Amino acid sequence: MLNPLPYARALLQHLSSAVWLLIQTVQEMGDHARRGRLPFRLASFFEQTERVGVGSIPLVALVSFFIGLTMALLTGYQLQPFGQERLVPPLVAIGFTRELGPLMTGIMLAARIGAAFTAELGTMTVAEEVEALEAMGLGPLRYLVSPRLLAVFLLMPCLVVVSDLTALVGAAAISRWAFDIPWQSFGESALQSLLIRDIVAGVVKSFLFGLIIGLVACYKGLTVRGGAAGVGHATTESVVVAITTVIGFDTLCNVVLVALFDK
Amino acid sequence: MSDAAPIIELRDVHLAFGEKEILTGVNLRLAARERLVVLGQSGSGKSTLLRLILGILKPSAGSVQFQGREVARMRRRPLNAMRQKLGMVYQYSALISSLSVRDNLALPLEELTDKTPAEIDALVDEKLALVGMADARDKMPAELSGGMRKRIGLARGIIMDPALILYDEPSAGLDPVISSVIDQLIIELSEKIGATSVIVTHEMESAFRIATRIAMLYRGRIIADSTPEEFKKSTDPVVAQFISGNIDGPILEGGR
Repeated sequence: MLNPLPYARALLQHLSSAVWLLIQTVQEMGDHARRGRLPFRLASFFEQTERVGVGSIPLVALVSFFIGLTMALLTGYQLQPFGQERLVPPLVAIGFTRELGPLMTGIMLAARIGAAFTAELGTMTVAEEVEALEAMGLGPLRYLVSPRLLAVFLLMPCLVVVSDLTALVGAAAISRWAFDIPWQSFGESALQSLLIRDIVAGVVKSFLFGLIIGLVACYKGLTVRGGAAGVGHATTESVVVAITTVIGFDTLCNVVLVALFDK
Repeated sequence: MSDAAPIIELRDVHLAFGEKEILTGVNLRLAARERLVVLGQSGSGKSTLLRLILGILKPSAGSVQFQGREVARMRRRPLNAMRQKLGMVYQYSALISSLSVRDNLALPLEELTDKTPAEIDALVDEKLALVGMADARDKMPAELSGGMRKRIGLARGIIMDPALILYDEPSAGLDPVISSVIDQLIIELSEKIGATSVIVTHEMESAFRIATRIAMLYRGRIIADSTPEEFKKSTDPVVAQFISGNIDGPILEGGR
């Protein structure tokens, strides 16, 4: 019989190491701030925000547009026989704001940015660049991890807004063409259906998923062992772990939010 | 060996990774301005010694002191402050590949000092000129040859005017001429900036060129520690075999 104990131990070890990485990064940022300096390198931060934010917009917008469109089309056809196509706008609006927007954006960012962070930091680790930063007393976590982590943490909610809006545009377009729902009616119906709690739930999830993706990617990158093969292995693992963790935390969030607000 | 207050002192240092023992009681004392070459076989723990001095690794037992302070017991901030007094030159240079040569050298100055950009540029130019690489200022590390990268690594190692410079295999993998150039640079730098140096290598010619003192690490311990002249005359069979490169002897037989 498979013994789950070693797996549980390894999981706990990785989890505690990732949390420790976050704590140490914050401590190193604090050290720098105490010396009257910015806690992170501004140029690196802007470089990362452009990469994470601006660079991800086309992918997030395009994928969300198509998913929104498909969602509206399929649900619309199911509801049409009952004359309930008018439910399409609220369905897409609530579905995306609260669930699909953060989740799809999280998955896309884990694949696009998480993989890049891990490969980059992994290559630097293998080439002793990270150790060189440590040897110079620069604080490699502050220098390397903080701009990346902050960029993905802060820009994830912005990308989720892009995802939500483009999904609604896709859904509105197909609803206009397939179900004769005018643009204005779609917009009004979508807005009326949204509750503050849906928006808050989406925003909270976005921040959380951003943190998870950044932390997993940086942790995997900084713990690479074994040269080029190790970097490849860590990059694959980083994407798999980040996506699984994002979906896991999404489920957890939904359970908690439903228990708190929807009963 | 000098009796003056040591810059570095290692006392009965042990280090093990799991079951594998790397160092089994290393004792070393290094006075200011000395150039200590640590010799030893590949995998004997020479580079590990440098990482212990830098506080990147912690000894399983024993004491590593820098200027009288215990490195392993230092907290993060004093440890980083100590590291600013050390310069480390890596075997493969470890230059930050995404930064230009200028930015690689300027990085510690920008992050750790209050110098103005003009002062930083002047210092970068000065150190690049010292290693004869003034023309490479705006190049990326990928555009440089191995020897050029080593020299830039040297320049980065001395950018903060360290009290102690640690060199990990500085001339490994280089042709004999460039290797001699690097050796000469190490001597010049230690004389010009008055820094103490620890050089880890297994290249005998380089060792005798650079060293004011040579120590040999074998099976986790320092088995010889003397001036280059005395080292050459050593009657220790391991030292004698290492110098001669003879395949018959205790090193390959696994004994002493």
